[in-house]
Amino acid sequence: MSEKAIRGVIVGHGDFAAGLVSAVQQICGLADVFAAVSNREYPAQELERVLREHVARGAEIVFTDLPGGSAATAARRVMRDNPGLVLVTGANLAALLEFALGERCGPADAARTAVEKGRSAISSSGGE
Amino acid sequence: MPIVLHRIDDRLIHGQVVVGWGRPSGVGFIALVDDTVAASEWEQELYRMGVPPEMTLYFADVEAAARQHALWESDPRPGIVLAADIDTMRRLAALVAIAEVNVGGIHHAPGRTQRLRYVFLSQDEERSLRALADTGVRISAQDVPGGKTVELEELL
Repeated sequence: MSEKAIRGVIVGHGDFAAGLVSAVQQICGLADVFAAVSNREYPAQELERVLREHVARGAEIVFTDLPGGSAATAARRVMRDNPGLVLVTGANLAALLEFALGERCGPADAARTAVEKGRSAISSSGGE
Repeated sequence: MPIVLHRIDDRLIHGQVVVGWGRPSGVGFIALVDDTVAASEWEQELYRMGVPPEMTLYFADVEAAARQHALWESDPRPGIVLAADIDTMRRLAALVAIAEVNVGGIHHAPGRTQRLRYVFLSQDEERSLRALADTGVRISAQDVPGGKTVELEELL
């Protein structure tokens, strides 16, 4: 798959994005569905510019770690003039795998399905 | 409860502020001081999305912040006063008493030189920080609570 085929951008603190892309690659070999961006590397305006570049290349969804981090803020700025772009916050590996492997559909539906998978993957057990 | 932090951070509302400083300090409100944001409902809504519901976010331009500063200081909840740039914090400090300023993030831009991983300054900004320090404000850089505190003289 070429770089032009990137469908999603993962943005987060530290190595969050690179780590998730690495995990996707290990599980299903589809790392090139995603671009990984660390907000550590960019000031706010540069982060917004990088996101715009990925959107121009076809990315439909931005996945971020926190709902209120600089990544989500930059994505919301990009969404202002890219109304088809979808933001998913609180992304995790289960959500990304669903997006990479799930049936191809529009970004809003793909995001909704990914969010459901990601949410259902979080649980706790034990402790007694 | 005193304001626990007067911070200069060009990302304004983001993880280091809301979670990194906000959680351990039990911050109940953030006052975002910025003339542009204070004049834009869209910008305000953008930043509101970045704070949890239990945290109040106030918006003020410098003049309004100076009027409300005493109220923020008397708030029973710990609070953070946040500005995106040195000039804004310096203008506020000219109108109200501020003992300490935290430089938390001034990132790369043309004309700036790197001082720390998260602090880049132009010569004008260096002069502005020194001028602020000359008024009696203690200035140090620290990105997160567990990070090293770098005093102004070491920073410059």
